[in-house]
Amino acid sequence: MSARELRRIGWDAVAVLFFLLMIFPIYWMVTTAFKPGRDILTLTPVWVPLRPTLDNFAGAIAQPFFWNDVLNSILIVSATVLVSVGLAFLAALAVARFRFRGRAAVLAMLIGIQMVPLSALVIPIFLFYDSLELVDTLLAVVLTYLAFVLPFMTWTLRGFIVNVPVEMEEQAMTDGCSRTGAFFRIVFPLVAPGLVATSVYAFIQAWNEYLIAYVLLRSGAHQTLTVWLASFTTSHGTDWGGLMAGATLTGLPVVVFFLALQRYIASGLTAGAVKG
Amino acid sequence: MNPASAAAAAGHGRLAKSTLLRPWAWRPSAGATPYFLLAPALLVLAGVLLYPLASLLALSFQHYGLRQLIAHSGEWVGLDNYATALRDGFFWKVVLRTAAFAAVNVALTMVVGTLIALLLERVHRPVRVLVTAGLVLVWATPVVVAVDLWQWMFDFEFGVINWLLTHIGFGDYIHHNWFANPLQGFAVITVVVVWGALPFVVITLSAGLSQVPRDLIEAAEVDGANPLYVFWFVVAPILRPVFVILATLSTIWDFKVFDQVWIMLNQRPAADYFLLGIYSFSESFRVTQYGLGAALAVILVVLLAGATSGYVRHYMGQLGEEAS
Repeated sequence: MSARELRRIGWDAVAVLFFLLMIFPIYWMVTTAFKPGRDILTLTPVWVPLRPTLDNFAGAIAQPFFWNDVLNSILIVSATVLVSVGLAFLAALAVARFRFRGRAAVLAMLIGIQMVPLSALVIPIFLFYDSLELVDTLLAVVLTYLAFVLPFMTWTLRGFIVNVPVEMEEQAMTDGCSRTGAFFRIVFPLVAPGLVATSVYAFIQAWNEYLIAYVLLRSGAHQTLTVWLASFTTSHGTDWGGLMAGATLTGLPVVVFFLALQRYIASGLTAGAVKG
Repeated sequence: MNPASAAAAAGHGRLAKSTLLRPWAWRPSAGATPYFLLAPALLVLAGVLLYPLASLLALSFQHYGLRQLIAHSGEWVGLDNYATALRDGFFWKVVLRTAAFAAVNVALTMVVGTLIALLLERVHRPVRVLVTAGLVLVWATPVVVAVDLWQWMFDFEFGVINWLLTHIGFGDYIHHNWFANPLQGFAVITVVVVWGALPFVVITLSAGLSQVPRDLIEAAEVDGANPLYVFWFVVAPILRPVFVILATLSTIWDFKVFDQVWIMLNQRPAADYFLLGIYSFSESFRVTQYGLGAALAVILVVLLAGATSGYVRHYMGQLGEEAS
């Protein structure tokens, strides 16, 4: 074996070690979720769940407000995704295909506004909904999420639309398509990956968000899953098995979506980042 | 606010420049159409982002306590909140801590991310696929879930980390409470932040590295350049735009870290754990001093804007070119 090949195998080993380090916390969460209590609360770790049990999951599901909060999360995410994709697409169409007064200002705002941290805006947002008596309603949360995902979605979709040459549409129209027809036959299929990528983005943001939901949704029955997870920690300590089961359940939908659509996300979000 | 936004923004910005932008040629005066298309999105943004931003600024000039909260109207006090904050030694400590925390986290993320991306260039394909799959899994893990699982890993009683450190021979970590000492506590939080940030950085840098022409690197190697030299003088300059974007994004995220501290310390972080975002939140929602909290939030936004101004200018310049 050549020295070069040996070195390469050495690098392989380092990379595998890094992989194990990165993945171990997730392994530990999932296996803890499947372990009985006496295998969790032990001074010598039990590395492999040899006595797997679903007790922790049953406990997590039986935790107050689990199903309420699952439903809330689903409602909030669906509303956010459906509305934001529609609004972002229209806005992207405007900035990608039209020249109009104020266009540069809109583009600048779309970038600039993403710099403002959520934790800074949570105060006025809370006071705003408080004065409208909308605190503890899902509507308030959906509206807030919309505003937070729209700039990025609009910007990304704009990129997709800009990349469809206007000539292609014009060609379709000379061939007898109506303007709407040309749009749906030519532009829409090419922009579809962008719509998928931005929808997933909105889904993940809304599903994962914590702070706004924590502040705006006061009662247990109105909360989302990320806020619900705190219910495993009481003054008596933390129910680690239950928390890991709850965390696994909370993370699962995102991981499934992410893995299923990873190709779109990667290509949609990092395409061209190097060219220039 | 999100992993990929600016990277994508950068990409599309550049693509857009090379693409001919034209109004609908067959309809010279578009008239009101773009405004109709924009209206719904702008309405939401104005209502839920711009209006709160303006009222945050207004709030920072008011005394807004419990009584004002009930009355839904604050008392104007001019610059009092800022004066209170700036005169307080604790405030400066928090600012310094926030900056130091962000600096350490950004540096670690970028250095480790770069090393791993370079490592992935040198391994066999199956190993690269394996590592990438692992990274994607970590990337997909929600922050709240990540904090909870690390909290469990670092638990003082049954945490696996304490056991590992003790048995590998780093000393006695049995029943070691990581959060008794803020420096160690922040080390744990740094682990959580960097672990969560690495996938995006590594995957983006790997994509960047794969675009560096191989013959350039080989030419340098033939000329006798060592790997460090090749990286510094051949690869790094080509990747500069990617580095700038990633560093800026990391700065934005690490400056405004909130969830990691808040959840890790069971929603009751001690004053030793206050970063600017936590401090602002705590003044508002715990102490019910919304005015002072707002002033702190404004300072956070200004500091963040300062820290990322180069990047913002870069984009504004690009937009200017495009608009002309």
